[in-house]
Amino acid sequence: MPGTPLDLQLLNLCAALLLLLSFAMLAQRRVVTLVNLLATQGALLFIATLLLAWRTGEHHLYLSAFLTLALKVVFLPWLLHRLIRRLQVYWDTEPLLNIPGTMLIGLLVVVFSFGLAQPISALASTATRNAIGIAVAVVLLSFVTMITRRKAMSQVVGFLSMENGLFFGAMSATYGMPMIVEFGVALDVLVAVLVLGIFFFQIREQFDSLDLHHLESLRERSAQADSQTAALKEH
Amino acid sequence: MRPIEIVTQALELVAALAAAPLFLGWVNRCRAWLQNRRAPSLWLPYRTLRKLFFKDAVIAETASPLFRIAPYVVFGAMVVAAGIIPSMGTRLPFTVAADAIALVGLLATARVFLALAAMDIGTAFGTLGARREMMVGFLAEPALLMVIFVASLISATTALPAITENLATQSLGLYPSLAFTAVAFTLVLLAENARIPIDNPATHLELTMIHEAMALEYSARHLALMEWASALKLFNYACIGFALFVPWGVSTGSSSPLALAASIPLLAVKLTVAGAGLAVIETVSAKLRVFRAPEFLATAFLFAVLGLLVHLLLGG
Repeated sequence: MPGTPLDLQLLNLCAALLLLLSFAMLAQRRVVTLVNLLATQGALLFIATLLLAWRTGEHHLYLSAFLTLALKVVFLPWLLHRLIRRLQVYWDTEPLLNIPGTMLIGLLVVVFSFGLAQPISALASTATRNAIGIAVAVVLLSFVTMITRRKAMSQVVGFLSMENGLFFGAMSATYGMPMIVEFGVALDVLVAVLVLGIFFFQIREQFDSLDLHHLESLRERSAQADSQTAALKEH
Repeated sequence: MRPIEIVTQALELVAALAAAPLFLGWVNRCRAWLQNRRAPSLWLPYRTLRKLFFKDAVIAETASPLFRIAPYVVFGAMVVAAGIIPSMGTRLPFTVAADAIALVGLLATARVFLALAAMDIGTAFGTLGARREMMVGFLAEPALLMVIFVASLISATTALPAITENLATQSLGLYPSLAFTAVAFTLVLLAENARIPIDNPATHLELTMIHEAMALEYSARHLALMEWASALKLFNYACIGFALFVPWGVSTGSSSPLALAASIPLLAVKLTVAGAGLAVIETVSAKLRVFRAPEFLATAFLFAVLGLLVHLLLGG
């Protein structure tokens, strides 16, 4: 695409790499690598935001870029790594679908989201409007990541990557959300991860595993327990 | 048709035929260096070919005529492919006959004959190798086609020389789509040429071999043609890669003799670097189980399709 300025080309490259990273997350089964991929995604987001801030001269984007750097590249991955070490979860179990199958679904999702984003891109007036489709694709791919995983840890990584996608979407559609919203979202994510970290320990204590599959059988178990107590009473 | 074009065409064919074994020797030499082994001579592939050509051929009793003609068909297909790929100049008289999609078809023809010949004798190894080759082939071909489609979309043509000319002459830009397809192409190259993550060219271990299993029943001149054809295939793939992703240095437009002369050392440099790179990839990666091959090639297909989608969305 000669003719487009270099910084826009770099931004497009960042967008393409974000999409690629989402696919890498979809394929990755090692939780540690998953967290590293998330950190890389954050770093790309940081670079993209800086480029956009430099291009548009909007000062609040610098602030949100450094917020991204502090939160998504440094703090959250550190926290997740620490959780992984303490919970000893290094591998996700076999995903619900095999990897080539997941990839094909991912490709369909990308085609769908590109189609979905077309009218939005047509309405947007930003220079990065082409990347909206990629942002939607990143969000939906993170959804797929969450759906195909069983372990709580990988689902949280999928959740965080979805937030990255939303952030990128807001950035490319309207040059970022208002600062107050961005702070709110950042705080939300932070608190969510902290709370989920506590949840991990609770889940593991209850079921000896981080497999969310166990959570589905909660009701049946309580019904069973009820019948048992009823039987005891009869005796 | 100007004389310079005919000279370019002839030069390309001769260079492909002559340099293909050398390229294979260079890759083997780099691999040996990286693995701390004593490297074989660069001329070893030539000596092997010479030795094989002077031997008497032994053919199985059950072989049909197909078995005899297959080496010539495979070798011929590879030579024609070498004539179509613009490795030195883009004004080639041959290329009006076939575009990039036909080139993929030509490579597929060679594969089909190779597989049929392997099954012809009826030995277990030949059939096994042929089936594996077809499995790898049917997964690798769509990925290769996607790679070519991306380059075609950028240049708005499917003729390989026109694509190369377009990519070489336009101003430099960042193409995420081309970067993705370059990765996809590298994966396809490894799979199609029986290189390490899919097949080990240096082994005759029956459980893992693919390409060697198919050539097992051949001897003497037939085997020589098969070996030469597989060296040519690697050379051709490398040149397709150069034509799509490193097109600079190929003499374009109304090619002058000077530009043509300059393109020869440049091609040599590209091949040297690519051979070393291939050796590095092969050394750092481990051979995959045969059943993991679809996953490997699905990744290649994914990269190629992502390149296509990114091109459609970002326009570059």
